[in-house]
Amino acid sequence: MDPLEIARWQFGITTVYHFLMVPLTIGLGIVVAVLQTVWVRTDREEYLRMTKFWGKLFLINFIMGVATGLVQEFQFGMAWNEYSRFVGDVFGAPLAMESLLAFFVESTFLGLWIFGWQRLPRLVHLACIWAATLASVFSAYFILVANSWMQHPVGVEMVDGRAVMTDAWAVFTNNTALVTFPHTIFGAFAVAGGFLIGIAWFHLYRRRAAGIDTVDATGHVVVGEDTAHGAGRDKTDHAVWLKSLRIGAVVAMVAFAGVALSGHAQAQLMFKQQPMKMAAAEAACHDGTGFSVLTIGNLKGNGATTCDDVVAVFELPGLLSFLANDNFTTEIPGVNTLLPQYQEKYGTHLPDDPMYGERAGQEINYLPLMEVTYWGFRLMITFGGLAAFAALVALWMVRKGTVPDNKWISRLAVFGILAPFGANSAGWIFTEMGRQPFVVAPNPTMDGSVDQVFMYTAAAVSPGVSAGEMLFSLIALTAVYGALAVIEVKMLVRYIRGGVPSAMPELAAAPPGDGGSDDDTPKDDGDVLAFAY
Amino acid sequence: MDFLPTLWFAIVAFFWAGYLFLEGFDLGVGMLMKLLARNERQRRVLLNTVGPVWDGNEVWLITAGAATFAAFPMWYASLFSALYVPLVLVLVALIFRAVAFEYRGKAHRQSSRNAWDWAICLGSFTAAFGVGAMLALTTTGLPLDANGDRVGGPFAWLNVQAVLGGLAVVAFALVHALAFVGLKTDGGLRERARRLIGRWLPIALLPMALWAVLVVVPAGKPVPVLLLGVAVLGGVAGWLANRRGAEGWSFAASGLFLLAGVASIFVAVFPVVLPSTIDPAFSLTVANASSSPYTLGLMSIIGAFGIPLVLLYQGWTYWVFRRRVSEAHIPAAHSVTPVV
Repeated sequence: MDPLEIARWQFGITTVYHFLMVPLTIGLGIVVAVLQTVWVRTDREEYLRMTKFWGKLFLINFIMGVATGLVQEFQFGMAWNEYSRFVGDVFGAPLAMESLLAFFVESTFLGLWIFGWQRLPRLVHLACIWAATLASVFSAYFILVANSWMQHPVGVEMVDGRAVMTDAWAVFTNNTALVTFPHTIFGAFAVAGGFLIGIAWFHLYRRRAAGIDTVDATGHVVVGEDTAHGAGRDKTDHAVWLKSLRIGAVVAMVAFAGVALSGHAQAQLMFKQQPMKMAAAEAACHDGTGFSVLTIGNLKGNGATTCDDVVAVFELPGLLSFLANDNFTTEIPGVNTLLPQYQEKYGTHLPDDPMYGERAGQEINYLPLMEVTYWGFRLMITFGGLAAFAALVALWMVRKGTVPDNKWISRLAVFGILAPFGANSAGWIFTEMGRQPFVVAPNPTMDGSVDQVFMYTAAAVSPGVSAGEMLFSLIALTAVYGALAVIEVKMLVRYIRGGVPSAMPELAAAPPGDGGSDDDTPKDDGDVLAFAY
Repeated sequence: MDFLPTLWFAIVAFFWAGYLFLEGFDLGVGMLMKLLARNERQRRVLLNTVGPVWDGNEVWLITAGAATFAAFPMWYASLFSALYVPLVLVLVALIFRAVAFEYRGKAHRQSSRNAWDWAICLGSFTAAFGVGAMLALTTTGLPLDANGDRVGGPFAWLNVQAVLGGLAVVAFALVHALAFVGLKTDGGLRERARRLIGRWLPIALLPMALWAVLVVVPAGKPVPVLLLGVAVLGGVAGWLANRRGAEGWSFAASGLFLLAGVASIFVAVFPVVLPSTIDPAFSLTVANASSSPYTLGLMSIIGAFGIPLVLLYQGWTYWVFRRRVSEAHIPAAHSVTPVV
């Protein structure tokens, strides 16, 4: 077994998994903060319920992000210690800032928010959720600064074979980071939007299926209530789900617009900064202007697809040039043009250096795995676009105040929750796999010494760690993550099926017809805790 | 000695000490879930003494790691890769523990709650032991080659010092948590915590004192000896305060023992951050393991702003949740029933 391959699988699995939780934390967190703000300002019952319900799901998901984030902080040193040594001077700083300026705020104020209901004054309690969720957005900025430096190193020079920071401003305003940050944040809102739509749709459908809500002759909803069967299924409950659905749809569409615009800016940078990644994203072997709609390998080669066996089936002429340069005619260099350039600049073989271990002197393959980059890029766009289109359709379908009494559309809405998650994962897999064979990609857009700051992934792994250790951790972490995924999803499903009362037990206790507990005044007496584990 | 690397050595030591002080009691409370609590209500009392704060405490660990990465990349790279297997165990333990904190109260069946209790208890134990072993080893040495990589296989780190350090943090966490429980609860738990401190404190603080002696004596410097003396005084004061029922002082003294003890260890090993047991020439020091002055300067500015702020708002959290938790405060468990 090759420790490098195991370490890469481990990093991929743990990071993609971690990033299932992160976008939901960021997107849903801000949504909850906004909902609570509306409640504090208007004092309307449905917004309290929305805050509590979505806040509970937010917390169930949040803790998994925290738990899996621990691995992220340590695994650079554990499995990738040569990488850590090479980049530590510049890469460690954003990580430490993330921890000191964001994680502390996030964890502390979230604790205050969870346990602070009825203990803190209303506005202070509201400020806590804002502090916690804005800190999570802030943390995204820091970690993306670190990641963007790996895609496009700036503000450094080489000293004794290590990258040393010389210009913090350049690092923290790296143009790659400045476009990746909004792209990622909008991606997170797309996830939150899909989540709101799917779950709210499910509840609206169940209210219709149970005969609580009906439609009149014009198709407009007639809201009913049935508090005898299940607590909290009153008229306010309908408002909770309908507003959640509409908010989710708007969030999803705005998010998609933001993702598309920032993604366009990002792609334009990438054509300049990592031309091979974009060529591989298109499986574009020859120079051209067309965006590939379908390109296939002829499958006779074993192992990775190369340019010898790629067939472009259908292309949209000019579109690729538009993505790269905002015109339809400039030719974009393909793999066959780029390969010799990379070989000339960065060599054809890995140096005969002990840091490369068994790989010293091997030939370098500058072409990323094209199956992954090509399909990763397309899955990202497809899932993202489908989710946004579905949001638009959803918004139109509920224009008369409820969803159709149709089981299959409801199921589709629920499964649609997965699409933005898929887009996020595919995008990250594309951009990280597309950076190979580099862990720190060279920066061809800068003159002078920065161009020489790069690192091959093959040199980044910890030389002292055995394949057995790596395999142990890969199996252990994958097994633990798998088990926890089952537990988290079951927990989410239980709370979702419980509806609002699952997050507001006082609703279940309230007499039928009552709008629930309005007891939100802070008190500090010896009573029972408002919330306890 | 260069000022900035020395300052950052002190800051990293500060984060480790802060981690052991703060998460010390919530790791201990985690273990006490199975050792002290006698029924469901008492377990929930224990859980809720740390409920609002444990996550913030854990960030001290993340920050200790991240600050090491930023300020001493060589230290970060060598220590964590050399201790690969124990760190994986610590991470898995912390993952289970974190999820258990959040999900325990949401479990429906007593059997699931019981399973989550074990996750909290064993997770806390493993994390405390592993972190203790890691800190003991970074002060007593690992078999590192000239490149800073471990030689001798996946278990080359396993020695007496590692076990001593592991025991030291586990035992300290238990006593520290008892002092915390005495301060934060009321009723039966408070009484029993006090009795147990009286009985166990002298033995429980012994491993950490022994670890400190192991490091301080060979160093032959006066300041660490002085600090170790303060630590011992803290331990004695904690025991005496507990006898008199002064729970606040008992907890503070337990904290003093830890802070002075950790300070004595880190001052004693300075300027070495990770000794190599193969050749002292391979040892990592604040000079050869640190980042550039530019990076350290940048981080110092951030730290000067960020660290006091953290202390301020985390301190405020403890003020907000200053009330004792007793069994009467615990609301009935609510079960989530599907309406659809």
